[in-house]
Amino acid sequence: MSAPTLPAALADATRDDASLRRFLHGLPGVDQVGVEARATALATRSIKKSSKLWAIDTAISMVDLTTLEGADTHGKVRALTAKARRPDPERPDTPQVAAVCVYPDLVATAVDGLKGTGIGVASVATAFPSGRSSRQVKLADVALAVESGATEVDMVIDRGAFLEGRYGEVFEDIQAVKAACGDAHLKVILETGELVTYDNVRRASWLALLAGGDFIKTSTGKVSPAATLPVTHVMLQAVRDWFTTTGELRGVKPAGGIRTTKDAIKYLVAVHEVAGEQWLTPELFRFGASSLLNDLLLQRRTQHDGHYSGPDYVAVD
Amino acid sequence: MPVFEYAPAPESRDLANLKPSYRPFIDGEFVDGGGEPLKTVNPATEEVLAEVSTASAADIDTAVKAARKAFEKTWGPMPGSERAKYLFRIARLIQERSRELAVLETLDNGKPIKESRDSDLPLVAAHFFYHAGWADKLDYAGYGPDPKPLGVAGQIIPWNFPLLMLAWKIAPALATGNTVVLKPAETTPLTALVFGEICQQAGLPPGVVNILPGAGDVGARLVGHPGIDKIAFTGSTEVGKLIQRQVAGTPKRLTLELGGKAANVVFDDAPLDQAVEGIVNGIFFNQGHVCCAGSRLLAQESVAEELLDKLRHRISTLRLGDPLDKNTDVGAINSAEQLTRIRELADSGEAEGAQRWTSPCPVPDRGFFFAPTVFSGVHQSMRIAREEIFGPVLSVLTFRTPDEAVAKANNTPYGLSAGIWSEKGSRILWTANRLRAGVVWANTFNRFDPAAPFGGYQESGFGREGGRTGLEGYLSV
Repeated sequence: MSAPTLPAALADATRDDASLRRFLHGLPGVDQVGVEARATALATRSIKKSSKLWAIDTAISMVDLTTLEGADTHGKVRALTAKARRPDPERPDTPQVAAVCVYPDLVATAVDGLKGTGIGVASVATAFPSGRSSRQVKLADVALAVESGATEVDMVIDRGAFLEGRYGEVFEDIQAVKAACGDAHLKVILETGELVTYDNVRRASWLALLAGGDFIKTSTGKVSPAATLPVTHVMLQAVRDWFTTTGELRGVKPAGGIRTTKDAIKYLVAVHEVAGEQWLTPELFRFGASSLLNDLLLQRRTQHDGHYSGPDYVAVD
Repeated sequence: MPVFEYAPAPESRDLANLKPSYRPFIDGEFVDGGGEPLKTVNPATEEVLAEVSTASAADIDTAVKAARKAFEKTWGPMPGSERAKYLFRIARLIQERSRELAVLETLDNGKPIKESRDSDLPLVAAHFFYHAGWADKLDYAGYGPDPKPLGVAGQIIPWNFPLLMLAWKIAPALATGNTVVLKPAETTPLTALVFGEICQQAGLPPGVVNILPGAGDVGARLVGHPGIDKIAFTGSTEVGKLIQRQVAGTPKRLTLELGGKAANVVFDDAPLDQAVEGIVNGIFFNQGHVCCAGSRLLAQESVAEELLDKLRHRISTLRLGDPLDKNTDVGAINSAEQLTRIRELADSGEAEGAQRWTSPCPVPDRGFFFAPTVFSGVHQSMRIAREEIFGPVLSVLTFRTPDEAVAKANNTPYGLSAGIWSEKGSRILWTANRLRAGVVWANTFNRFDPAAPFGGYQESGFGREGGRTGLEGYLSV
């Protein structure tokens, strides 16, 4: 059940349930105090002037502009796609966001709204956000998204299965979804707030990478805590270690709770210094956010104009 | 792809209130010293910061007499609860002036502003607060009903943590009722002299604290002065030995906090990414100018290669340069002399066959800088495994079993600190019990707290500073 590209040692790890468990539990532990101290220390980097402007533009280009509400309508999605196309109408040099992220039944509307822009359409499939359904239902969910034109699929793992130690099942779920994705990129949501320990985050990260996930993503945004800096550190270490072992580049996406430019810059610093500057691209790093974009736009204007313009100067969609 | 270039983020040097000249602080006043004035240099730029008037033999006499008088008339007889008030006041003043002191420390010493601001100054204030709390509780410290101060303490401190070492020395001495004559290091006297201003601001009685800038000769005279009851020295083992010889046979008490060559032991079950952080913090904190620096990495062979790869990647991200820049991780080497010594020892490592790796970080043209350096393939027989380099140079050795790790870790004339990295509690305790070092850190490194005693074995000196144990060095018990 292993992918053909894996080096022998890793391919061996996925041979059966027992080897998978041995491998995941054999990964180096994560010291909670240490990783939190490092995340706090790195968050004090002072980024200003040209580097801040660069960081803001880079962050905008990494945003997965997201709406995931029960009350989502076609109108709401159309408004969001309009915003994705032109984040700041008065400043046409503002970069476009990376993708718009919606529920599977709204993918077609998003695809239509983004035609010709190159902006991706991501969809949360697989019984989002709980992941509690049969594999059949999850795959049907993915099929709906992909057939409607989603270029990226954000799947959730079955946290219950993970916490019960049924790693093989989670692995197979991810593999099956990956196969159903076709050309679409697969982002695997670990829901780190429910995994609780950093050791679990590291194991789940490796599990998702082994199963072929193109991205590992922290959260659905529906569980608190959502994305945190230390968790993102652990996931960045995982993709860096994956690259060292296999030569393959995989991405990381923190999602949920990142609302300010200041926070976004802290994440970019972590990407830069923990994983490496190679990861500072929308192909390998994304922010899952809805309100972050407006703060980025306001801060971008502040940098260019020399003064703060206020929330009424950006669109509220 | 664009690179994330951090724009310079310099702290303003105006905050330091730098003056063109500084003078000794004797008997509550700043006075002209009779010694040869010295110039103190910013190691990051090599520019002269200020001229400092130094103490002559006569000045030392005056200072010791003032300290004696203060001990007998005011400070010694004062109730502990009153002494505590002064110490609390000093602690609060240090907090109030911490930005000024941090910038001045960075200018004079070369350490990054983020370290002087976030590590040194908070600890300096904490030491005064902690010892202020002890001043009226000495009767209950377990030394019997009425422990007595020793008298006048002569204290000599190094250049690596100028203000922090001052706090480690002065706070317990004053809390226990002693008075102080302190000599800061020749290359970093400025913050100690500003501390004199703080003593004035706090209304400290004259003579309780005296600060005499100068070089080794001032220190030697202070050690030899008959009016001194206690010598406390932090610095090199070489000078420590000289002092011990000089003091031998006199009634003076002595504590020595000297060099180190700490082992940082990483077992194969360690949390590797955090171990890497700990190793980096252990040896590159304060440019490695730390007597308890984890300068010998002992890595278990089964993870050594992986650990080294991660370590090199991490070290490559360290930013070396202007110490006043808030994004600087590694600042300047304190003096040209120290830089020469580091270079010489690093060259010896190469000559003895160890593999040298240097961080690819850019190094400024001016100032005293040394890029973070790692030697792998180091063996116990090499100089870089035995001698204290006191710079950003890490020697990596390997071991196969826990017994071998302990044997190698203890195979040093020093014994100040050690580190253990393992996720297994029993292994940590087993190892810690066998390491001969004053401080053993587990899954962390270079953590300090005023309540934790600090000191060494063997050539790392004797006596402890900090905690209840540290008070004992200033009490007749």
